[in-house]
Amino acid sequence: MLGQDEIWRILSLAQEACHADANQVSLIAEDSGLTRFANGGIHQNVAERNAVLQVKAILGKRTGYVETNALDEESVRTAAQTAVEFARLAVENPNYVDLPGPNAQTQGGAQWDEATAACSPEARADLVGQVLAEAEPQAVVASGSLSTAGIERAVMNSRGLRAYYRNTETHLVVACTKATGNGWAERHSPWLHDISAASAAKEAVQGCLSAQEPQAIEPGDYPVVLMPYAVEDMLQTLGWMGMGALAVQEQRSWMAGRIGEQLAGANVSVWDDGLDPRGFVRPFDPEGVARRRVDILKDGVALGPVYDSLTAHKEGRQSTGHATSALGNWGPSPANLVMPGADDALEDLLRRMGRGLLVTRFHYTNVIHPIETTFTGMTRDGTFLVEGGQIVRPVKNLRFTQSILGALNAVEAAGRDVRLFQHTLCPPLLIHSFHFTGGTDF
Amino acid sequence: MDHILEAALSAARDAGGAYADGRVVERRSQSVSVKNGAVDVLSEGTDRGFGVRALCNGAWGFASSRTLSVDEAARVGREAVAIARASARHAKAHIELSPRSPATAEWESPCRVDPFSIPVAEKVALLIDTDGRMAGIDRLAVRESSIHSNRETKLYRDSDGARIVQTTTETGCGVECIAAEAGEVQQRSYPAFEGDWRQAGWEFVEEQDLAANAERTAREAVLLLDAPDCPSDVRTLILADSMLALQVHESCGHPIELDRVLGMEASFAGTSFLTTEKLNGFRYGSPFVNITADATIPGGLGSFGFDDEGVAAQCEPVVKDGVFTGYLTSRETAPVVGRASMGAVRADGWNRLPMIRMTNISLLPGDSSLADLIRGTERGILVDGVRSWSIDDRRLNFQFACQWGRLIENGQLTDVVKNSTYTGRTPDFWGSCDGIAGPSEWRVWGVPNCGKGEPMQVGHVGHGVSAARFRNVRVGVKA
Repeated sequence: MLGQDEIWRILSLAQEACHADANQVSLIAEDSGLTRFANGGIHQNVAERNAVLQVKAILGKRTGYVETNALDEESVRTAAQTAVEFARLAVENPNYVDLPGPNAQTQGGAQWDEATAACSPEARADLVGQVLAEAEPQAVVASGSLSTAGIERAVMNSRGLRAYYRNTETHLVVACTKATGNGWAERHSPWLHDISAASAAKEAVQGCLSAQEPQAIEPGDYPVVLMPYAVEDMLQTLGWMGMGALAVQEQRSWMAGRIGEQLAGANVSVWDDGLDPRGFVRPFDPEGVARRRVDILKDGVALGPVYDSLTAHKEGRQSTGHATSALGNWGPSPANLVMPGADDALEDLLRRMGRGLLVTRFHYTNVIHPIETTFTGMTRDGTFLVEGGQIVRPVKNLRFTQSILGALNAVEAAGRDVRLFQHTLCPPLLIHSFHFTGGTDF
Repeated sequence: MDHILEAALSAARDAGGAYADGRVVERRSQSVSVKNGAVDVLSEGTDRGFGVRALCNGAWGFASSRTLSVDEAARVGREAVAIARASARHAKAHIELSPRSPATAEWESPCRVDPFSIPVAEKVALLIDTDGRMAGIDRLAVRESSIHSNRETKLYRDSDGARIVQTTTETGCGVECIAAEAGEVQQRSYPAFEGDWRQAGWEFVEEQDLAANAERTAREAVLLLDAPDCPSDVRTLILADSMLALQVHESCGHPIELDRVLGMEASFAGTSFLTTEKLNGFRYGSPFVNITADATIPGGLGSFGFDDEGVAAQCEPVVKDGVFTGYLTSRETAPVVGRASMGAVRADGWNRLPMIRMTNISLLPGDSSLADLIRGTERGILVDGVRSWSIDDRRLNFQFACQWGRLIENGQLTDVVKNSTYTGRTPDFWGSCDGIAGPSEWRVWGVPNCGKGEPMQVGHVGHGVSAARFRNVRVGVKA
């Protein structure tokens, strides 16, 4: 890691060399390690040390942008000067908006754990060993990955904004395979000590053993219980389809022209909150703007998208702190989606469903129509037929072609097992109709 | 930069590494885009560093750093070996590498006009002109045109004595149009979704003639708003251009990656139905179907002189007369099928582990033409333009959405339709192929965004295709 003092020194140097009307300089530094295992053993194991400087130079309403990971003084000066040169060559942008001013909230919210940041490959290997120890006695083949990282982010600009935070991350995924079926588990946390490799392995092993010898089932409409892994995929896809203001302004979002309308069931709420301590806290965005909680769907009503500086300016609003890049051309996007859970255990959801399918997770989802929120994908790593509220047998994977808002209009209940993912907190859902359009061989 | 790798490899050897290889990679990239009349992006990036892969106790370790100093190189060399030792604590397989002669070579991709020598102002002016051709078209919500240039210089050395220097220049460009009105949004791209790319210089941008194609692209997007939906039935499907490139990518390119077949990607993007017992016997497609993995195509986005294990670029028959005959392999995996590596290992920059990636996976041309394929179709649909893609975790069941559809009745193109989709099962689909357009219509498309691995690596690959026809395909899948 570079540390705050070194980062401020580099950013100050870049600012001094950036002879423009205004500037924004930012830096992301990351030390990370990732251990992959497959076929019951570690097969890939990597470490990386990197830091990237980003310089945005502004002349009038013209912007130039440069990135570099060469951080010696000459390279930093060159980057700043090139950004200015690019700004000189640009055409005036009528949509230009002033850089954000100082944000009082941008210094806090650290989730830093020295043990996670300094995690050795031996420590990662030991945790992987715990996974393998759960799988091997069951003759189950385990695959997956365990990653640890320490990350620093800082933004300064010529209006006096100065923001820094550092955090740690740990991510574990476990996939188990045996003969004719698979199981899955994920764990995510800022803190390595929060990750129970054995617990994740038990979940994946049990799922795998339950998924053996699946039978084909006819595609069609089924009630479903979606595990949080599948719900997370669905919410992220919905976010990508149009929870950002640029997509709304360009009329390619499902929210365009429909803000204030009831688009999902009254029992469905989704918000974004980068300060929720249950998730990965991200106190400010790449423009240095403090993140605010944004209610996107409240009791099923669309309340509006998230904003960055540019899209907010177009509507005379304040940014909600959801820029996705220092340059700002991609438009804003949610970064910490939250869907609340309720009271039911998974068994309660299955009992309420009676007959239907339990879906562990989705695979390779993609958008078919962003206005209709239609997406497609496959089920994966455990799909089960439920009858009389009990799992009766595994079924072969199915392809679905389904409107996400249609699914969110058919939610009967949310479960209490709210899980954390890198950008989402969400529960399992009971949905009374989900449209499956095909099957596969396994 | 030889001294960096010398220090790193020396440290790896002293730390007990049985084998090590290293790469110093420097990348420069530049992007210019104009969106709705304004310059949206004018950016440049530089990225440099080195990575070392070491084998110790039969297991791999990989470490990397952006700091190009001898001391840091030695630290990273030692770290790679330490990571390999940690891997070995729970490694299942004892890695043996297929043999190859260590090469000393230099290679450079074709580039007639250095794209970085073209003034940025000229690029902006070209895109402003392109944008202006689309301005004022009713119901066009987004018009965006872009030009991208990349250059990568890579020094490879290994403990066997190989030393290879490669310089690759890539150029990409394109136009994206989104038409929208209440409740509907449609898209058209030129020359392909997110542009087309080639290992080439500025001459590639000139060949594409963005300005001349912009208005047609925009008007097609608007036309789609009023078009009827793709019918929902089973009919003959003709895949054109970049849509067929995607089909090859997803249903052939990924399933022939031998690391995926062997389960090394099981926890991420999945495995493959092309298991090893199928080699040289499995009927992948009809006798019309011939596919190669060819890293030697000049200008192909998946071309190189040597892969990141120092293996020379080759052309491997993957499907011959419809029968599956070959994999994409590495030095580690090739011995499993009794072969030497065919050279398909690449890393996404200095900070990523080299792994099996597609090269240029191409459907070889047939003896027909697009016009003849249409003439020979009684009831069908011609689709083009990628909109979305999805395939199961063994690469069997797929469903793709297309930007543009034209119905075919009695050998004639008829109505334009929107929201075209089609679905199928990979060997059934390729088994239904009954015609492929000829060499004069064959083009290598560049795909700069192929994701694989953890941490994620973005691969640059190519696909040569000419239009092909498939019988009895389910189209128009509805939610």
